[in-house]
Amino acid sequence: MSTTVAEFTPQSYKTDEHPIWCPGCGDFGVLDSLYKSLAGLSVNPKDLVVVSGIGCSGRTPGFVKSYGFHSVHGRVLPVALGVKLANPALTVIGVGGDGDGFAIGGGHIPHTARRNPDFTYLIMDNSTYGLTKGQYSPTSPLGFQAGSTPYGSIEQPLNPLAMLIAYGATFVGQGYSGKPRELADLITRAIQHKGFGFVNILSPCITFYNTYKVIPPKIAEVPKDHDVSNRAKAFELALETDHVMLGVFYQTQRPTFEDGVAGVIKQAQAAGPPRLEAIFAEFS
Amino acid sequence: MNGNGADGEVEPLRALVVRLAGDSGDGMQMMGELFSESCALAGHALCTFVDFPAEIRAPQGTLPGVSAYQLQFGAGRTLTPGDRPDVLLVMNPAALRVHLCELASGGTLMADADTFNESSLRKAGYAQNPLVDPDLRLRFRVADLQITTGTLLALADSALGATEKKRCRNFYALGVLLATVDLPREPVLRRIEAKWRNDEAVALANSTALCAGGEAGVKLPRRNVARSAPRPGHYRKINGNEAAALGFQAAARIYGKSIVLGGYPITPASSILELLARNGSPAVKTVQAEDEMAAAGIALGASWAGSLGISVTSGPGLCLMAEFLGLAVMAELPLVVVDVQRAGPSTGLPTKTEQSDLLMALFGRHGESPLPVLAARSPADCFAVVFEACGLALRLSTPVLVLSDGYLASSSEIWRIPDPDELLAQRGDAPVVPDGDYQPYRRDLQSLARHLAPPGEPGHEHRIGGLEKNEQGWVSYDPGNHELMVKLRARKIRNIAQRLPPLAIEGDKEADLIIVGWGSTYGAIAAAVEKLCAEGRPVALAHLRQLAPLPADLPALLERFPTVLVPELNLGQLALLLQDRLLRKVVPLSKVRGQPFTVVEICERVRELSRGRRTA
Repeated sequence: MSTTVAEFTPQSYKTDEHPIWCPGCGDFGVLDSLYKSLAGLSVNPKDLVVVSGIGCSGRTPGFVKSYGFHSVHGRVLPVALGVKLANPALTVIGVGGDGDGFAIGGGHIPHTARRNPDFTYLIMDNSTYGLTKGQYSPTSPLGFQAGSTPYGSIEQPLNPLAMLIAYGATFVGQGYSGKPRELADLITRAIQHKGFGFVNILSPCITFYNTYKVIPPKIAEVPKDHDVSNRAKAFELALETDHVMLGVFYQTQRPTFEDGVAGVIKQAQAAGPPRLEAIFAEFS
Repeated sequence: MNGNGADGEVEPLRALVVRLAGDSGDGMQMMGELFSESCALAGHALCTFVDFPAEIRAPQGTLPGVSAYQLQFGAGRTLTPGDRPDVLLVMNPAALRVHLCELASGGTLMADADTFNESSLRKAGYAQNPLVDPDLRLRFRVADLQITTGTLLALADSALGATEKKRCRNFYALGVLLATVDLPREPVLRRIEAKWRNDEAVALANSTALCAGGEAGVKLPRRNVARSAPRPGHYRKINGNEAAALGFQAAARIYGKSIVLGGYPITPASSILELLARNGSPAVKTVQAEDEMAAAGIALGASWAGSLGISVTSGPGLCLMAEFLGLAVMAELPLVVVDVQRAGPSTGLPTKTEQSDLLMALFGRHGESPLPVLAARSPADCFAVVFEACGLALRLSTPVLVLSDGYLASSSEIWRIPDPDELLAQRGDAPVVPDGDYQPYRRDLQSLARHLAPPGEPGHEHRIGGLEKNEQGWVSYDPGNHELMVKLRARKIRNIAQRLPPLAIEGDKEADLIIVGWGSTYGAIAAAVEKLCAEGRPVALAHLRQLAPLPADLPALLERFPTVLVPELNLGQLALLLQDRLLRKVVPLSKVRGQPFTVVEICERVRELSRGRRTA
């Protein structure tokens, strides 16, 4: 992550493109929190990369003054990894929805978690497929009635936090778009984390699954005395579903993927010159 | 080609075809590689072919478990591994059963008689020992060898156990073979020493077996095979996947780009990933991704961030990459994917060769998504084609597909190592971002390549992605803009055809029949054309390297020929394309048996066609 002495305000990250989200969409809150966090960290837009998948959340790169890549449905994590490998100095933020990240792109989560690349992954979780008009998603509750589940969803919802902790992610947190100040702080901690920083953000869909009245009464903070390095305790908190717990569940340090790649190259170099160089050397 | 290979032979054989066959645990591939390496070091031109089962260890001694290695070596142009072996060496009855039918009549059969016992014979489906069949000895020259006994006898003093001793059989057999074609043992001894430097006992046992085999071999008739006159330049033996890996490294060096390879293991492409993972260049980073979608995504993300993203795969993997290839077309980013084709659909025959991904490479994406497709014609050509593909991807900011196949991947030939200066001369550069406001989809007016600005530069911040954009890089649903952009992307690729060198025609340009081929069939077709022309049957050949866009001069050139024959290892995919382009019928020649064409198959079809023309 690179910072400069230049002052940046949340305004510095706004683009000319006005968000296309429905008025009242939770994603506005996420976007504002992101601006605030970036300004607080003084991330220079030239060193900032926002990668997204497809869905309402996928449009985020268009609204952040940075280098943005609106990629393929479900493939935020591989694209972000490629960016980070090409230029480890960049601050990379991946954004996606619950369908993008946990359904079509779910296969990339365990592998990104165990590789531990140094980037941030924000899920804007609204428990529905907003852009295709409200079908049930991996985090929709049992019995969720919508176009493709006229008699209610018969699938158990997925627990993102427990999943990420189980897969070995090194930073796992949860925020709510309706609490933008706390969310900005959480995003800041995730960006500052050296390694894979995952934040699940409850971001209601005002049009197809309005949870603005459902979420607030269930909100609880992660207990102040919670030891974030205690994985078993973090898992316990994640499995507690009576409340919507906000804050950092788990954080630990492990070498990053980029560090590993650099180490491998060093080892290979110690073993001898690159094969091509050896072949070309036959000329001299 | 058969020699009467007795000692003191005056005229050396121009070429000899040798096939080694045994159980997949017998070390046939290693033996073949070492034998061909010895041939190369001795100055023979060569072309090899490996044929191994998909199972790592099929049940021992059974027909599906037979693994084979064939090579043709000699002097001058050696275009194919040879149709039929002149010498067949078999390590067990199953190998004899599978391969005897292809031994040239009068050819030499070497067999390990020790293995022709009751149980092995039964597994191979023989009621009686075929080696004692007098008819076999009438049709072929049979050299009775006792490879197992000879190995165990030579290793009588070795401390190794009986099973380990038996494992040295392949070196005994290699010793026999080297002696019969007058090749020195030293290069193999050096290899043994290097390979087992941490296991002296095994190294010694293999060397001893090799020498014992050599002593047995000198008692057999010797063949004198011609060697190529020394040519200027540096040469080495190379297979298609090695050549592709080196092509990528050369591109990284010549273009001063770092390469990020996202790959997922798949036969027969994996060795490119492995070779690049092992290479010690800081310019090449490799990731074994969780699937081919991730592999392509990693590569494309890296390309956007300033590296050259690449991937290597085979048909099933290319299917999974289709969506990312579409994004690469839309975002106009460099990306090179090598498809080492294998017999499909689905898992098909995963270790066997085929050319059946052509239409998928050309059209297998949704929307109007043109991209350049290149095909390598020989193992060494994989270097040149991959290098060219990287240059094209970087210059035009486009994904490029390279088609290789299972045959090219593991076959070897002699490669002249290019001078780095030659490669530098082929370098072309991507357009430089002009001063002023950066516009992601502003283009170079000549090449139509868009201006790339990787993250990290102040003032060039921009957004790209799968949604249609206008020149300034903003999402645009304007119908006119979409039509313009679709046509610009198509024109950028179509224009490549204008800059291609004129199509080269081999054989007889005045012939009535022209063969149009592509990819790995070049060797068999070119050898057939040489043969047919030599026997007074004129044939021309145009072999395509660029399949999308097709060369601009192709239609006019083919118009002159009344008959166009298109041999392919598929059911007529290039034929379909040519018929559309030429608006006339071409004659397809299809083969989908998991094996390359033989020279005879091509010659026969040409002879049939010319007979047909005469009687018509």
